[in-house]
Amino acid sequence: MAMTAKRITQVTDSALAPLFKSLHSLRTMWQRAPKWARATGYLFVIVLAVLAPAQSIGNFMAPQSDWRTILFYPIGSYILLALGLNVVVGLAGMLDLGYVAFFAIGGYSMAVLGVNYHWSFWEILPVGIAAAALSGVLLGAPTLRLRGDYLAIVTLGFGEIIQRVANNLTITGGPTGISGIPHPPSVGTLSVLSYGVLDARPYYYLELAMIVLVIFFTTRLEKSRVGRGWVALREDEDAAELMGVPTFTFKIWAFAIGASVGGLSGVVYAAKVIAITPENYPLLLSVLILVCVVLGGSGNRIGVILGAFLVAWLPERFRGLANYRILIFGAILVAMMVFRPGGIIPAARRKAELLEGRGGGAHLGGEVDIEQPGSTPEV
Amino acid sequence: MHNLIIQFWPSVIDGTTTGAIYALMALGYTLVYGVLRLINFAHSEVFMVGTFASLFTLHALGITHAPGGIAAIGVFILITLAAMAASGLVAVGVERVAYRPLRKRNSTSLANLISAIGMSFFLQEVFALRYGRDLIPFPRVLQKNVLFHIGTGVVRSDKLLVVVGALVMMFILDRFVNGTRLGRGIRAVAQDPSTAMLMGVNIDRVITLTFLLGGIMAGAAAMLYGTFYEVTQYNIGFVIGIKGFTAAVLGGIGNIRGALIGGFALGLIETFGGAIFHAQWVDVVAFSVLVLVLLVRPTGILGENLQRARA
Repeated sequence: MAMTAKRITQVTDSALAPLFKSLHSLRTMWQRAPKWARATGYLFVIVLAVLAPAQSIGNFMAPQSDWRTILFYPIGSYILLALGLNVVVGLAGMLDLGYVAFFAIGGYSMAVLGVNYHWSFWEILPVGIAAAALSGVLLGAPTLRLRGDYLAIVTLGFGEIIQRVANNLTITGGPTGISGIPHPPSVGTLSVLSYGVLDARPYYYLELAMIVLVIFFTTRLEKSRVGRGWVALREDEDAAELMGVPTFTFKIWAFAIGASVGGLSGVVYAAKVIAITPENYPLLLSVLILVCVVLGGSGNRIGVILGAFLVAWLPERFRGLANYRILIFGAILVAMMVFRPGGIIPAARRKAELLEGRGGGAHLGGEVDIEQPGSTPEV
Repeated sequence: MHNLIIQFWPSVIDGTTTGAIYALMALGYTLVYGVLRLINFAHSEVFMVGTFASLFTLHALGITHAPGGIAAIGVFILITLAAMAASGLVAVGVERVAYRPLRKRNSTSLANLISAIGMSFFLQEVFALRYGRDLIPFPRVLQKNVLFHIGTGVVRSDKLLVVVGALVMMFILDRFVNGTRLGRGIRAVAQDPSTAMLMGVNIDRVITLTFLLGGIMAGAAAMLYGTFYEVTQYNIGFVIGIKGFTAAVLGGIGNIRGALIGGFALGLIETFGGAIFHAQWVDVVAFSVLVLVLLVRPTGILGENLQRARA
């Protein structure tokens, strides 16, 4: 089996080598490009994202359903969730299998406060984020001292508990959930900023703004002291501890930040859909978001966004696949771990770190030649 | 409180029954953890396949109502063997496909876990697509006769079968691991894989054997579950799997006798939890037990040093 696995790896690697190689050189080019060129690149991507709801694009991307709705959920929501989970799984190297719980906490914050207490969206948003972050800390504090796989099972249990609690309590409406959730207040008379029922565009733009913010914050974080601490504890927790990295505090931070992005995503989602039930938050969603992160390349934001887009969009575009979606994604998870654990676009920093004897730290200005064919990076 | 007093003996009996099934599942997690230091996430699907295997055997035999006498014993032997064979094969297959290629490359435990989750969802979907997503009923295999009373509790034949069947399986496993040459191989690898290898133990064979044993135990659990609850579903393994894992952690993961104690303890805790709060909170109680055990005593009741495994 191991032999065949190796052979298949070789075959796929050689077949796809030109693709991966071009991805590589593209990245090197990007990293060496001058600042103005990169700024233009970012601007181009943002313009593309702003134009995405156009009807002509929709005709191709999702001919069988409303493209604007799909852009909001699943595509936008999955991207937001995957970016949040990436902080926990990709950067800090902890496996969270109950990530949907934070999405649910955000959603129920919006629903309960909006319907019962008539708070507005912008008042609820920080509360929902804080509630998710707090529950992340409460869950993390007892479990983060344990080995990684225990954390995975405990978070899995937590995701289930949240769903069942929502199903059992009266304040969350039990199995029927909560309906009549208020929309965000409209701004001016612009059609793209008036939050109604039919047009999904305003919600998409709101979500897009959140995605840009999250990307901005996580990029800054990754390059900060905390980000370097995460890398250290991901690679070798004991060594990091010995070098004076406060591993426990940093783990809690990763958990809280990941959770707050989940909460944010949950509030935005609930503000559009009018009604939520516990069935909106199945375990499967946690797993799908994990697939987004792993498929794209955990630790690499571009990869993660691409992964989330593919996972969300493919079943919508090819409706015939929708039934087999979970089967295919399950197989993809195994195949990715066996053949290409780094994902479609492995994180550059991680790849550099794994080139033995080269010191790593390309982002910090270290001498690392990323073109070197190195060993396959691990998750 | 009054409720609790009335419910005391029935809760003890129900808790022991479900606990027996959890204990059998816990054995699978504990065996694999002992040898490989990894949590076999796909074990819940090994169980699920076992329930389907016994159901299909019943269909093939044309059983629609409980047979009597000698025929009943024959039917039981057949469905037990079918469930054990199917679960054992699936467990070994999972190891081959999802774990072995990763082990050869020294992957992280995170990679192993993700691979196992993929495997788990793949297996669930195979059954969901083939047999639908609804509950599938079992024909009755055993008349649910009242045998005798303990206090206010009623002991039914199916509950007795579950407890006795599980205890017999655990006894056989305990004798196998502690008393045979193959079992000695398992214990040697669990203690120190590299030294065991130097002493001439074939590690790959031991690992296959471990998954097979865990699968057989899950198959037995699946058969007992099928006769007791009389339903199955493509995702039936999920909750049972989490509880089996909780039981393994509660007793001290990596410890075979711990799995037994953990299983019965968890069964009793959640049944009493259900009697005190409400039946719909049973699963929440069980998950909370897992979090609490990890918080207060991560080594479990009988103890296995988890931190040692980290190095």
